[in-house]
Amino acid sequence: MDISYHDVLLVGGGGAGLRAAIAVAETNPNLSAAVVSKVYPMRSHTVSAEGGAAGVIRPGDTLDDHAYDTISGGDWLCDQDAVEIFVKEAPEELLRLEHWGCPWSRDSDGRVAVRAFGGMKNMRTWFAADKTGFHLLHTLFQTTFKYKSVTRYDEWFVTRLLVDEGRVQGVVALQLMSGRIQAITAKSVILCTGGCGRVFPFTTNASIKTGDGMALAFQAGVPLKDMEFVQYHPTGLPFTGILITEAARSEGGYLINKDGYRYLQDYNLGTPTPQPVLRNMELGPRDRLSQAFVKEVEKGRTTDTPYGPVVHLDLRRLGEKVINTRLPFVRELCLKYENIDPIKELIPVRPVIHYMMGGVHTDNDGATPLAGLYAAGEVACVSINGANRLGSNSLPELLVFGARAGKAAALAAMEQKPPSERVVSQALDEKLRLEQQFLRKTGGRERIATIRSEMHKAMENGAGIYRNQTSLQKAADKLRELRERFREVSLDDHSLTFNTELLAALEQSFMLDVGSAIVESALHRVESRGAHQRTDFPARDDRNFLAHTLIFNNSDGSTRVKPAPVVITRWPPAERVYGVQSEVKQTAAR
Amino acid sequence: MAETISLEVFRYSPERDAEPSFQRYDVPLRKDWVVLDALNYIKDKVDGSLTFRWSCRMGICGSCGMMVNGEPKLTCATFLSNYAREQGPLRVQPLRYFPVIRDLVVEITDFMTKLQSVKPWLIRGKEKPISEGEYLQTPEQLDRYKQFSMCINCVLCYSACPVYGLDPVFIGPAAIALAQRYNMDSRDEGAHERMDILAQHEGIWGCTFVGECTKVCPKHVDPAGAIQQYKLTATIERFKSFLMPRGAK
Ligand SMILES: Cc1cc2nc3c(=O)[nH]c(=O)nc-3n(C[C@H](O)[C@H](O)[C@H](O)COP(=O)(O)OP(=O)(O)OC[C@H]3O[C@@H](n4cnc5c(N)ncnc54)[C@H](O)[C@@H]3O)c2cc1C
Ligand code: SF4
Ligand code: FES
Repeated sequence: MDISYHDVLLVGGGGAGLRAAIAVAETNPNLSAAVVSKVYPMRSHTVSAEGGAAGVIRPGDTLDDHAYDTISGGDWLCDQDAVEIFVKEAPEELLRLEHWGCPWSRDSDGRVAVRAFGGMKNMRTWFAADKTGFHLLHTLFQTTFKYKSVTRYDEWFVTRLLVDEGRVQGVVALQLMSGRIQAITAKSVILCTGGCGRVFPFTTNASIKTGDGMALAFQAGVPLKDMEFVQYHPTGLPFTGILITEAARSEGGYLINKDGYRYLQDYNLGTPTPQPVLRNMELGPRDRLSQAFVKEVEKGRTTDTPYGPVVHLDLRRLGEKVINTRLPFVRELCLKYENIDPIKELIPVRPVIHYMMGGVHTDNDGATPLAGLYAAGEVACVSINGANRLGSNSLPELLVFGARAGKAAALAAMEQKPPSERVVSQALDEKLRLEQQFLRKTGGRERIATIRSEMHKAMENGAGIYRNQTSLQKAADKLRELRERFREVSLDDHSLTFNTELLAALEQSFMLDVGSAIVESALHRVESRGAHQRTDFPARDDRNFLAHTLIFNNSDGSTRVKPAPVVITRWPPAERVYGVQSEVKQTAAR
Repeated sequence: MAETISLEVFRYSPERDAEPSFQRYDVPLRKDWVVLDALNYIKDKVDGSLTFRWSCRMGICGSCGMMVNGEPKLTCATFLSNYAREQGPLRVQPLRYFPVIRDLVVEITDFMTKLQSVKPWLIRGKEKPISEGEYLQTPEQLDRYKQFSMCINCVLCYSACPVYGLDPVFIGPAAIALAQRYNMDSRDEGAHERMDILAQHEGIWGCTFVGECTKVCPKHVDPAGAIQQYKLTATIERFKSFLMPRGAK
């Protein structure tokens, strides 16, 4: 068994992983940092973020405003101490990125430009045309080349965490190109593996977003937090799930039903105005917009297509010039993938799964309850997103908490002794498991694609935009059945070289774990809050549920749920209001 | 029975095959399906061992490049229906000029090394503290390098480049475009350093401006333009260095 040694190991080379790697190198250039990623880092999903990154820089905007928008947007489930750190450090991080070369869009005087974004009261979203995530990721990736102490393991897949003497000591990973399975040890490990949108059928998430890090932590006994909160984005293209950024609405796009009516006005989201107004109508928060869609379907006011019901996004009124200069990527996507020209035609859209508010339970430095293990980015739940993330908060989140986790993990690594001997035998066991369960096994009855599509159906029907006891219980039972059947999976591919079917199998097993955690957590929360809407418990219940849900994996595969307190500093829970009344109520709430 | 289209897919497994071969598959021809959807259909329903890379299915991660009927393409941005009327099956092969790892997956380590070697990061003599805010850059200054910053590292341009085909040492279109991306950035002061590196690669003078790289680039980066631009600057720099020792700016 090969074994390699590092001080800090980053599992994941997306925005969070790369930012953390740089933080390790800057904290102490003598530490060896390793980035292990199942795809080349610049292919990570951060690349597809379009709209922007929020950070207060303009006079007239304040950190408190950003904090308030985030907390009210999160339906008071955010930890307010974490939010205060976040809003303070976000502008610094975005500036740092500017200093590393990120091509932020500019105003004519050369300053960084900002735009409006859903749920944000003031203009504070930095953007790089409509390819913000792409530029952010490539800037970070190219900047990591500078640091000699950062080693990369490109196209290596982590299959499990090595834990001994109550602390994480590294991982077992499979190199795709050679099929080699080996231990990569480290004194601190940071999970930066991103979200798990692929647990659901219609999603903006890339194929690699399968919740691996959440499952790895869960299996190692680390609790997952607030997993019931899954964000739908209200405007995805129906077949591909490709996202039409919120920027399309903040530039002035209308959402209309089959009668051409701006239906959001019927759902307490304000009154229609010709020009976009912040926190009003189309610029209301994502969860409310997605919920309004379901109601429109129920009223029969949507349009039927082969991919189910849709409403339409109307950009035609913006004209060619605005669309081409402010939203070129939106036009490109529509033309290339749906054969629709938004200058002349309506864009069909439906809500699609977009983001996981929940994730691995961490503190404000990214530390998990398991010694040596950290998490940052979408895989983690600090929590600044509460019950609903605001658009353009997650890119700055992965920078702020990636940097914090990187620093904390580096400092901790300096105090640690080398890994214990026993991890070698653990790694050997894991190698044996992979060979026996997948590579050498023949004759199983199940195909991965079948299990995947049944899981998709169960998640969409049971734990979609609206849930209830019956729907969730059915999903839970189905997932249990699928976990049983997964043992009967056999692969067509038994080779060692670039075995993508083996990867798909490992990802599928991770997704079944994560899916169950979502469903079990949703069963536990018998109230409605933010993205978690129970038709059987439609009201928010602060008395019993102003609390995080921690879900633990028992050694026998069952789970247990435990609440944890929400940190409230300066913003006591209030009603979440959007539309024209929001100004008045907000002032009152403060 | 719905319409179908035949694909002829390159297959090669180093553990199993002495020689590569082509395998034929019939897949449904759907209007909104791209070549990648067809490959995923095969993998899910017919043969789980078919091997290829993909992730975003929206033309931005850069991982799904292959030769489609002899042309380098992002398979997630290439509709099947474009080929429906063509004679014979649609040929899908790994990107040309790169070593094949397996089936449609090629090794791009060479590109990664080259990319890294041109120092594609912002180089400054003196860093400004974060507390002093951003480096100012007008939209016009941004426009000077913006196009080159759009590269998704899909390496289609290498598969299109006849010089790279003959001389694998050639640093290649995308790496040069990314070097220019920083050279042209008003915040950067590293053009000299990069010039020294690029100058070691004689390959660049072999580029006869056929412009194939620019034609295949799915992101309109125009690497051929970058190469021409670079040659021009390099000639001036070379000329200058005859007149003046380096350092005396
Ligand atoms: C279409 C789209 C648009 C978005 N737009 C915005 C926006 O405008 N503003 C905003 O703030 N947010 C946006 N988001 C959300 C934001 O982009 C993501 O939350 C964020 O990029 C996640 O980054 P990350 O670093 O946590 O993970 P990712 O970028 O997903 O990276 C995960 C990394 O982990 C690696 N990995 C995973 N599993 C394994 C394993 N088993 N072994 C080894 N490596 C592994 C992967 O290879 C990858 O490198 C958008 C999201 C989507 C889907
Ligand atoms: S220059 Fe164009 S073709 Fe070449 S790697 Fe970049 S995006 Fe791809
Ligand atoms: S799958 Fe990402 S570019 Fe094609």
